[in-house]
Amino acid sequence: MTLINVERIKLFSTRSPYWCLIAIVVAALGFATLFGLIESGRAAITYLVLRGTSLGMSIFMVLAALSITTEYRFGTIRNTFLAAPRRPTVLLAKTVLIAVLGLVVGTIVALAAFYLAKGLAQSPLVPMELNSGDDWRQVLGYGPLFAIAGIIAVAVGAIVRQSAGAVAILLLWPLLIESLFTLIPTVGEKVGPWLPFAAADKWVAPSSSISDLFQSSNTGPTPIQGLLVFAGWALVLWLVALVLLQRRDA
Amino acid sequence: MIEVIGLTKQYGSTTAVDDLSFTVTPGTVTGFLGPNGAGKSTTMRMILGLDNPTRGKALIFGEPYAHLSKPLTKVGSLLDANWIHPNRSARSHLRFMAASNKIGVKRVDEVLDIVGLSSVATKAAGKFSLGMKQRLGLAGALLGDPQVLLFDEPVNGLDPEGIYWIRTFMKNLATQGRTVLVSSHLLSEMALTADHLIVIGRGKLIANSSTADFIARSTRTSVRVRSPQLAELRTALTDAGLVVTDLDGALEVTEAPIERIGDIAGNAGLTLHELSAQAGSLEEAFIQLTGDSLEYGTSRAGAVPAPGPNQGYPPPGYGAPQGYPAPGFAPPQGHPAPQGYPAAQGYPPAIGAPPGGYQNPGSPTPSPSTGGDPR
Repeated sequence: MTLINVERIKLFSTRSPYWCLIAIVVAALGFATLFGLIESGRAAITYLVLRGTSLGMSIFMVLAALSITTEYRFGTIRNTFLAAPRRPTVLLAKTVLIAVLGLVVGTIVALAAFYLAKGLAQSPLVPMELNSGDDWRQVLGYGPLFAIAGIIAVAVGAIVRQSAGAVAILLLWPLLIESLFTLIPTVGEKVGPWLPFAAADKWVAPSSSISDLFQSSNTGPTPIQGLLVFAGWALVLWLVALVLLQRRDA
Repeated sequence: MIEVIGLTKQYGSTTAVDDLSFTVTPGTVTGFLGPNGAGKSTTMRMILGLDNPTRGKALIFGEPYAHLSKPLTKVGSLLDANWIHPNRSARSHLRFMAASNKIGVKRVDEVLDIVGLSSVATKAAGKFSLGMKQRLGLAGALLGDPQVLLFDEPVNGLDPEGIYWIRTFMKNLATQGRTVLVSSHLLSEMALTADHLIVIGRGKLIANSSTADFIARSTRTSVRVRSPQLAELRTALTDAGLVVTDLDGALEVTEAPIERIGDIAGNAGLTLHELSAQAGSLEEAFIQLTGDSLEYGTSRAGAVPAPGPNQGYPPPGYGAPQGYPAPGFAPPQGHPAPQGYPAAQGYPPAIGAPPGGYQNPGSPTPSPSTGGDPR
C-alpha cells in the first residue's frame, strides 16, 4: 500500500500523465460526438461509437509505458530502488496503480462516450440502449480492457526501458503487426484473432447478429475468451518483465 | 559500518571490480579514491544493491542492502545528482522517496531547509543548477537521518563555495558518529576531507590506510637550496655524503634533515637564498601508485612521472598546489600555494600525458557530472 502511494505521487507529480488523460478524453468524446452528429447519428452503434475509446486505450498504454520508461530515462528508477530495494514489490505497486487507474478511466470514458453519442444521435439505426448483458459488456468492458492494456504497457516499458522503443511497440503492435499477421494465408486467419489486441477487441464487440456486419468471419475467441487471452498475454509479459527487472542492473 | 567482501563485477570479459575487500568504520570520513574508470561507482552501486555483483558481497550492518527494511533510514546515498525527473518539483522528488520509507512530509521540509533549498522547493528540479541538484541529492540522502552515508564524487563540477560547503557537511556528519564513504578521483580533495583512504585502480585495492599514513608513505621529501655560491655548496654537501641533484639555479637534497643542510652551509660560510622542505605532491604520489592501473592512461610510461628534478611538481591540469608543507594541511584546491616554482621550470614533456588520460571523455562513468573537467 505504501509503495502504491509512492507510485501515485510519482505519476501525478509530472505533467505527461495529465496530457495523456486529456488526450484520452478528447479521443473518446470526439469520436462519440462525430458519430452522434453525422447523418443525424445513423451510424451511432455502440461498438463504432466507442472506437474513439479504443484509441484512448492506446494513449493510456503510452501513459503506462512512460510511467516506467521515464524513470529509466532520468535515473529516478535508482532512487526508487534505493528507497525500496525489493524490486518485485515496486513493479507490482506500479502495475496495480496503473491497472486501477485504467479501470476507472476506461469505465468513465466509455460511459461518457456512450451517453454523449446517445444524447446527440437523433435517428440511430438501432436504438442505443443498455438492456442486455451484451450491451453493458460493450461499454463497461473498456474498464478491464484499459486495466489489462496498462499492465501490458508497464511490462513492455520495463522490458524495453526506453520511451521511444516502448511507445513504438505498443502503438505499432495493435495497429500494424496484428493486421499484417492476419494477411498471412491459412495461419494468419487461424492465429490472428487470438493475438492480444484482436482478442481484446472481441471483448467489446457485439456478439449478436449485427456483428456479421463488421467481422468477415466469426472464428476466433468468444468475448470472454478474448478477455482471458488478453489477460494471459499481459500476465506472460509481466512475468518476463519481473524476471528481467530482478536480474538486470538498475 | 560497511563491509565489502571479495566483491567482483565483470562486464563480459572486462573486470570492472576485482576481488575488492575493505571495511568502512563509523565516525570518520573514508575516502574512496581512484582514477576515473577504476570501479568506484560500480562498487558503490553494488554496495547499494543497484548492480548485482558477479562474485562476493557487500554488507551494511551485516546485511545486504536489499534486505534492509526502510533502507533510507539506515543508509543515505548520493550517487548521481542528475537522477531527477526534470519536471518534478524538488519537494515532490523528496516526497515520494520519503513516502516509500514512511518518513513524514515534515522531514521533507526539514531536509530542504538543511540544504538551503526551501525557497525553490516547488520549482521543477530540471531547472536547477548542478550545485542545487547536488544539494537536492544531499537532502535525499539525509531524509531518513541515516547512520551510513555514501557519496559518489560529490564535489565534481561545483564552484569553490559549493565544494567547501559539501566538505564541511561531510565532516560534520562523520563527527556525529556516522559512517561516511565518499569517492573522488582527486587526492588533493580527499586529503582535505577524508581521515581514511581506500585507494583502488582497475578495480583492485591499492591502499587502505589513514590519509596521513598514505601521504607520508607515498611522498618523498626533499630539501631545496639556492645559493649564489652554488658550486661551493654542492661540493660541501657532497663531501658531507648527501645525495645532491642539480636543479635549474638550485640544488635538491634528498633524504637529509633540513637542519643538517643549513649547518653544513653555515660551517662552510656560504650564503643561502633559499632553504625549503619540499614534500612530493599528493597527485604525484597518487599517479605513482595508480599509474600502472590507469585504465585510460595514454601510455604506461607516461603515466609515471620521471624521477628527480620534477619532484614535487603536479602535472598540468591539476589545480592543486605543489609542494604541500605537511600532510593534513593544504590550501584549498584551485588556489595556488604561496610557495612555488616558476611555471616553466622542470616541466618534463612526459608529464603532460597522464592528465589527458585522467580526463578522457570516453570514461565509462554514466553521468556527465562525474567527468574529470569541473565545468
